[in-house]
Amino acid sequence: MAQYAYERSRTIHRFDSDMISSPLISSLERAVGAANVFGDSSDLLVYEYDGSVDAAVETSKPAAVVLPQTVEQVAEVVRIARTNNLPIVPRGAGTGLSGGSVAQSGGIVVALTRMAQILDVDYDNRIALVEPGVINLELSDWVKPGGYFFAPDPSSQRACTIGGNVAENSGGPHCLKYGVTTNHILGLEVVDPDGKVRWIGGKGEEQAGYDLTGVFVGSEGMLGIVTKALVRLTPKPETISVQLAAFPTVEGASLAVSRVIGAGILPAALEMMDNLTIQAVEPAFHAGYPMDAGAVLLVETDGVTEDVEDTAREIERICFETGATLVRQAITEAERDLLWKGRKMAIAAMGRLAPSYYLHDTVVPRTKLPQTLSQVDEISKDFDLPIANVFHAGDGNLHPLMLFDRMNKTDIEKVVGASKELIEYCVSIGGALSGEHGIGTEKRDYMTLVYTGEDLAAMAGIKQAFDPNGVMNPEKLFPKGYMCGEVRAHYNAALAQKYGIYPL
Amino acid sequence: MSVPTSADLKDVGGIVGFTDIDAPEPELLKACVHCGMCLSSCPTYRITGQEMSSPRGRLWLMSAVSQGRLSIDDPLFQEQMYQCLNCRACEAVCPSGVQYGPLVEAARYQIEQRLDRPAKQRIARKVMLDWTFSDMRKMGAVAKMTSLYQTTGLQKVARKSGVLKLLGLSDMEKMAPATRGKSLKPGTEAWTAAEPVRAASLFNGCIMGTAFGDTNRAACRVMARNGANVDIPECQGCCGALQVHSGMFDTARDMARANIDAFEAEPDRPIVVTAAGCGSTLKEYGHLLKDDPDYADRAHDFAGRVKDFSEYVAAENRSTPGPVRRKITYQDACHLAHAQRITAQPRTLLKSIPDLEFVEMRESSLCCGSAGIYNILRPEMARKLGERKVNHIIETGATEVITANPGCAIQIATLLREAGSDIKVTHIADFMDEAYANGEPGAGI
Repeated sequence: MAQYAYERSRTIHRFDSDMISSPLISSLERAVGAANVFGDSSDLLVYEYDGSVDAAVETSKPAAVVLPQTVEQVAEVVRIARTNNLPIVPRGAGTGLSGGSVAQSGGIVVALTRMAQILDVDYDNRIALVEPGVINLELSDWVKPGGYFFAPDPSSQRACTIGGNVAENSGGPHCLKYGVTTNHILGLEVVDPDGKVRWIGGKGEEQAGYDLTGVFVGSEGMLGIVTKALVRLTPKPETISVQLAAFPTVEGASLAVSRVIGAGILPAALEMMDNLTIQAVEPAFHAGYPMDAGAVLLVETDGVTEDVEDTAREIERICFETGATLVRQAITEAERDLLWKGRKMAIAAMGRLAPSYYLHDTVVPRTKLPQTLSQVDEISKDFDLPIANVFHAGDGNLHPLMLFDRMNKTDIEKVVGASKELIEYCVSIGGALSGEHGIGTEKRDYMTLVYTGEDLAAMAGIKQAFDPNGVMNPEKLFPKGYMCGEVRAHYNAALAQKYGIYPL
Repeated sequence: MSVPTSADLKDVGGIVGFTDIDAPEPELLKACVHCGMCLSSCPTYRITGQEMSSPRGRLWLMSAVSQGRLSIDDPLFQEQMYQCLNCRACEAVCPSGVQYGPLVEAARYQIEQRLDRPAKQRIARKVMLDWTFSDMRKMGAVAKMTSLYQTTGLQKVARKSGVLKLLGLSDMEKMAPATRGKSLKPGTEAWTAAEPVRAASLFNGCIMGTAFGDTNRAACRVMARNGANVDIPECQGCCGALQVHSGMFDTARDMARANIDAFEAEPDRPIVVTAAGCGSTLKEYGHLLKDDPDYADRAHDFAGRVKDFSEYVAAENRSTPGPVRRKITYQDACHLAHAQRITAQPRTLLKSIPDLEFVEMRESSLCCGSAGIYNILRPEMARKLGERKVNHIIETGATEVITANPGCAIQIATLLREAGSDIKVTHIADFMDEAYANGEPGAGI
């Protein structure tokens, strides 16, 4: 598969360089300056991938990469792409896990890493205006002296960009309480597929009419290119408490999760790690997780000091009731950091157990966590494939980690097979394909598991309204073969069926 | 990742694939899963914002060469292997534990084996890296000439006359270290503790021993105050860091063997180093000589004895420093913070000084652009990074910046001077020496 992608991208490139590349490259160079355009075959090599797993997403070279520095340059590049009938693929840091910024059908990659200014911070209104290339964690660091932070905290936050967070509607451990990216974006400046610059949303909390900002966040770069984001800043809580609770079984821990949420408690984060994860993490980082525990929970609560204490006592009680053998609380920053270190480095530790790992992102209803985890265990045995579980238990967002060697063909077959079973199971019990990583090319063929033809047609209708020519990040989100002409055809067919014009 | 076929290979042209000896190891390359977590820690990526200037991009290019998808003489490959500062900040944050340093060094070795450098570059590398550093007498002579040049007024004349610009030496000349004290020759001086509890050896180094002799003397005094009798074994030389970083493994290995021999007489003594860059190379002698049957085990033992100055003193902790009433900040040297993962010990030492006001600067562990001889070879990138660093230092309001590596000290001092700042740059050994002296009875503070 990967081989095919490479051959194909070479062919496209050769075609480009012989026939249209030179005029294309020179018009791009006129638009953004020669130093901001890459068109050489070797330069393009490093833009053929993103952070996603080799077995799940094909690599593919674009025809050109531009790194614009102003919104006008972005708009001009989009117009050039239109003239040349080439697709556009927006890209941030390229840490995505669903292939969203890989140029599946060639075209122009617009990398926004050179638009990385924090333009304005307004503490009175708790907002900041930033360019898309700003790194997530650096925005939080920047507003830290003012007592604020940017709440969405994906694990890649030290590298990923705000623009990428908007495209994928990114989450993170603290989204349980604070919500995902869409809850923190007030407005966006975008370049539409026609090359026009538009503002959607704004400083006002409630906008009349359709929530276009809401449509745009999580649209995976398929509706336009974000060139500025007006983001919400969140005040830092007065006190933070982190509790470690160890359980003999995954079931016990899952029950505690349901009970905590059921009791009306809203922790800032509620994370679970199973025994395989503990075995990998504890010897490496000495976070203090009991090696013989079936599962551990990390529960973070924050807010006013007295409330935090009361809530922590209640959580402790629930954990012991559901079979916890140990509950430990960390208050100081150093203690908290140590407990979190194990969780944050968990995937790192996995990387040391196997050359590759495939991180899934399905979501299941919280009450179905125990049965889902035993199903994961069974899939692991059936396919003879180690699977570790480390995940956002509070919102049922699983991250089963399949450990394998990507150079080994048999391993890849196992991963593909086990992934299919896992996803199908999660969907069958009322779950979702992705909590925070997006669909991209990685999971697009699973979309039909969740959505009917009519659902997809409705989504296609939105795509059609923003991008009638299908130039923005094609071959993402919709199932293979469901694009361009087909999107339109399905959309028309669904409309026709609805109004009884003709039967499908 | 694509597996190359013969159809791919014939298209690439140029020199295909790595040779067998000292190639970037496929097993180490495979560890990178291109997650991109390294990007924000990479100085050249931060400056350029382009993927090929990131650790992930460079590893992908190495893989492409090893798969035959990119030729080793492709200008992009050479540019990127040498644009890298080898600061190893990426290693410290890599979730998968990729050993980037050894990989990029091996890639450079491969380039050096296959590349025809222009005569001027070849001679410069030979003189600089093979001739000067491999013999401490020559190094001493160069240091002496530099010192004479700076102190006799010749420097003023040369700078005014424009002759430096004419020779293309003006950046290099500015970076020549302002020497501190007389050269320190191994085997000629030793220090005794008032109440000795152990013995330790100092690794003198090339630049440190010649241009910063007094800093090494200060380090020895601090070690003696913390209970060690200190010697500087004879016959030791330069550590070979610059050679390893430039892909000149054969020269580096000769230098490593000489140092292993020099320190073998007293195998129980820790080997204390005052330059972060040397320390990290010495700690990796085991890797450098892993295929040498006579030296592999000895190199491993040697590496296990090596301690950075602050690592050693913080662990000994047998003496209390006196007060220093100044406001300082600390700059993490890359080869201390990233390659050796030592960030806490120097801070612990500095914070143990009474009355001292310690402020952290932003991006303390982002490379200052010095990176061995990088600032001489690539002044443009080095200057961008250096200016960024200097701005962060000035922002703190400190009157003094402490560091643990001569390269950083020279780079930062030069750019502070240019920015019109009078912030002082001090090696941590000199600073601790002052603090301990203030702690002596009757120091009058």
